[in-house]
Amino acid sequence: MASGAVTARALIRTEAASGGRTRLETLRSDPPLTLRQTGPRRVHLVSTGAGPLRGDRLDLAVDVAPGTSLEVRSVAATLVLPGLADTPSVMVVRARVGAGAALRFTPEPTILAAGCAHRLVVRLSLAEDATVFWREEIVFGRHGERPGRGHARFDATVAGRPLLRQDLLVGEEAVDGSPAVYGDARCVGSTLLAGPAWAPPDEPDAKRERRAFVGDGWAALPLAGPGVQVSALGADAVELRERLRRGEEAAASLPPPGTPPDPPPGPPCGPPDVAPDAATAGPSTVA
Amino acid sequence: MSGVKGDAALLLLADSRLPAGGHAHSGGVEEAVRRGAITGTGDLARFLRGRLATSGLVAAALAAAACELAVAELVLETGTQTGTQTGTDTGAETGAETGAETGTGTSGGRDRAARPPGGSADGTGGTDGLTGEPAAVWRLLDAEADARTASPAQRESSRTQGRLLLRTARRMWPSAALDALVRAVPEGPHHSVALGAAAASAGCEPLQAALAAAYASITGPATAAVRLLGLDPVAVHRLLADLAPALDETAHAACAPLTGAVPLGTEPDNGPDNGPDNGPDNGPDNGPDNGPDKQPDEGPDEDPGAELGQEFGAEFGAEFGANPGERGGTWQAGWRALPGHSAPALDLLAEGHLTNPAKLFVS
Amino acid sequence: MGAHHDDVHDPAEPHGRALRLGIGGPVGSGKTALVAALCRTLGPTLRLGVVTNDIYTTEDADFLRRAGVVDPDRILAVQTGCCPHTAIRDDIAANLDAVETLEERFGPLDLVIVESGGDNLTATFSRGLADRQIFVLDVSGGDKVPRKGGPGVTSADLLVVNKTDLAPMVGADLTVMSRDAAAVRDGKPVLFTSIREDRGARTVAEWVTTMVDVWLHQHGEPHHHSAPSPHTATAP
Repeated sequence: MASGAVTARALIRTEAASGGRTRLETLRSDPPLTLRQTGPRRVHLVSTGAGPLRGDRLDLAVDVAPGTSLEVRSVAATLVLPGLADTPSVMVVRARVGAGAALRFTPEPTILAAGCAHRLVVRLSLAEDATVFWREEIVFGRHGERPGRGHARFDATVAGRPLLRQDLLVGEEAVDGSPAVYGDARCVGSTLLAGPAWAPPDEPDAKRERRAFVGDGWAALPLAGPGVQVSALGADAVELRERLRRGEEAAASLPPPGTPPDPPPGPPCGPPDVAPDAATAGPSTVA
Repeated sequence: MSGVKGDAALLLLADSRLPAGGHAHSGGVEEAVRRGAITGTGDLARFLRGRLATSGLVAAALAAAACELAVAELVLETGTQTGTQTGTDTGAETGAETGAETGTGTSGGRDRAARPPGGSADGTGGTDGLTGEPAAVWRLLDAEADARTASPAQRESSRTQGRLLLRTARRMWPSAALDALVRAVPEGPHHSVALGAAAASAGCEPLQAALAAAYASITGPATAAVRLLGLDPVAVHRLLADLAPALDETAHAACAPLTGAVPLGTEPDNGPDNGPDNGPDNGPDNGPDNGPDKQPDEGPDEDPGAELGQEFGAEFGAEFGANPGERGGTWQAGWRALPGHSAPALDLLAEGHLTNPAKLFVS
Repeated sequence: MGAHHDDVHDPAEPHGRALRLGIGGPVGSGKTALVAALCRTLGPTLRLGVVTNDIYTTEDADFLRRAGVVDPDRILAVQTGCCPHTAIRDDIAANLDAVETLEERFGPLDLVIVESGGDNLTATFSRGLADRQIFVLDVSGGDKVPRKGGPGVTSADLLVVNKTDLAPMVGADLTVMSRDAAAVRDGKPVLFTSIREDRGARTVAEWVTTMVDVWLHQHGEPHHHSAPSPHTATAP
């Protein structure tokens, strides 16, 4: 029975205010998907109540108007629980980032508790010169438990062109424990850094790709389009975050000199997660 | 399996003896062996199963899409069924009507065949990419493969294999579609795209192309493991035999999004997120179509984000710069939903392999 | 496929492209040294490209680049996935791709040398890859090797027996090798050389020059695959 299932929608929309500043034009949410403004251009997701549970359906829409910037974070990890319903819980995040706008989306991890069935769908639509920093972390069950089932789909387009389309499956027999997929990791995460600063060279050598930065359990992967994906595996959430951060730092150093990245909403939005100064990783630091 | 024409060509295409450079790629196995992640048949079995479920599925879906596109293109350009000579010397004698009669049943093939090239004033809104320059449509499909291959090492290896396969296939099964693909992506299309186009040119159908791609995604790595670890080749082939049902399932799953994925005459103003097909059955109470025992991600899910566009007004449903009216827009709309199952470990292995100076395999 | 058929379907079409010369032979017989010697001698007069087939490293390619006998960009390394003979005989796709890449980048070329990874006596080049081939033996393998034959010894357009300077030390009888080779090679040439003493491998280079001249005479000057580029082989 899904009678207790929850449906919630939330919307964040910015608009350009005078002096090139960002104003939150709309901030609307239903519990348990609650939004709270915590800075001039920053919003926190404040989960009120446990879940999501099977059958729940949560929609978050983010519309970053041209020339504005926004940071979205969450106060705590999302614990996805089994519940009684037949259908999976569904979380849909749709974000649109306009020309010259910047979005930083760094929620805390999603934990797939035993018995859950969860579907996460992200649709990210960028204008040609929009900038995005988007982190996603999935933890395979609470400590010591087998994970529930999860399927995360991520679609990012730039000016309508596909930049990144990925599905991650968790809790399926075919992928669990496979040295090809997660190995013995208990967490998987990725960060997409996208924008004109990460555009490939105008005339790339067609037979040679840009090189990745690789570290222990992480890699910063230059995409075919204007972006870098940091991909990491970890034994636990702390290790995963540490590896992602190293990859994010490496990715920040990838743009060619002379084309400084439009800084993602940093100081105005509060302390950024990533110190953009230290680009420590070299191109071949395989452990 | 349809069990009709194309079966023999499929065997040729999937044969490891096909001289298209596949023997030099380990699909991540060499690096996994180097790191101790694969030491014997147990590890290898899990590796292969995971590879099939991720990059194998994606390759199969892209190959099927490429095959579907190439079949339609061959019908359009030559007026004949697949596997014929280049369009320049056959189109005149056979004519479009023949093409219509031998349509494969892939969506819209016969409509396309009957339509004059370049014609768009017949109510289709010009969304049929095939009436435009085929190269542009091939580039769109190749870009979909790019978007599903985050690792630059894997993109490079895929393009290398695609280039070599295309070189071989053009001599084995010359066709207008393969010529168009070379023109569209001269540096080499992704292997899955080249495989699908080659399959069509050989007379195969999308499901057969998908099967060939899924098969290649595990047999190359399996053979590499035999060479690298000195494994008993029969034991390894036993693993492959055990995976045969999964291969079939993967090929079918890969083709599922294609069925009707190229809707002719749908509203060009709506992306798939927002299209008229997302009716009331997609409401929030229904969620994805999965029962309790069904995997939450089987098949081509409907889009849980479908109705959200209303929240913003219609314009939010469209992506920036998306112009469904442009050439290939209709095809592209179908391709968006293709699976993109990623394997982070394979990405790490591929990049690690690239930095290792001493190796036997290209990838 | 009629005569009007577009020749893009047949990459092996000989007209208007460089002579492709395969160099094969057992491990350690001096293939890479011969390639370096040929580049040294022929570089000033011919437009060259080189493809190596390393087995486990890029050592051969690196050696040639370090030797400075040819513009490093004109050397491409092909990885063969354990099986050098496969890449030159059974599945030549990767090598063809490398050859054509060189022709696209630096064409027109007069000569592209494809060096096989070290292999056994059965390894030969596919005619789809090499127009002419040289098989390299060395005396230290024993003077019985030519008698044992094998496709490389019997069918190569030129058999080179290298390291003649070592013959007295390993007890190899060059007369026996010469006689046995002639017996199985049906009149095709055999050259004895010591690349350590003759760093230009003059006699082999002369044979190659003749082959290139004949090739150009039969098939015409190489087409310009891309914008004409000046001869840039470095010969320090």
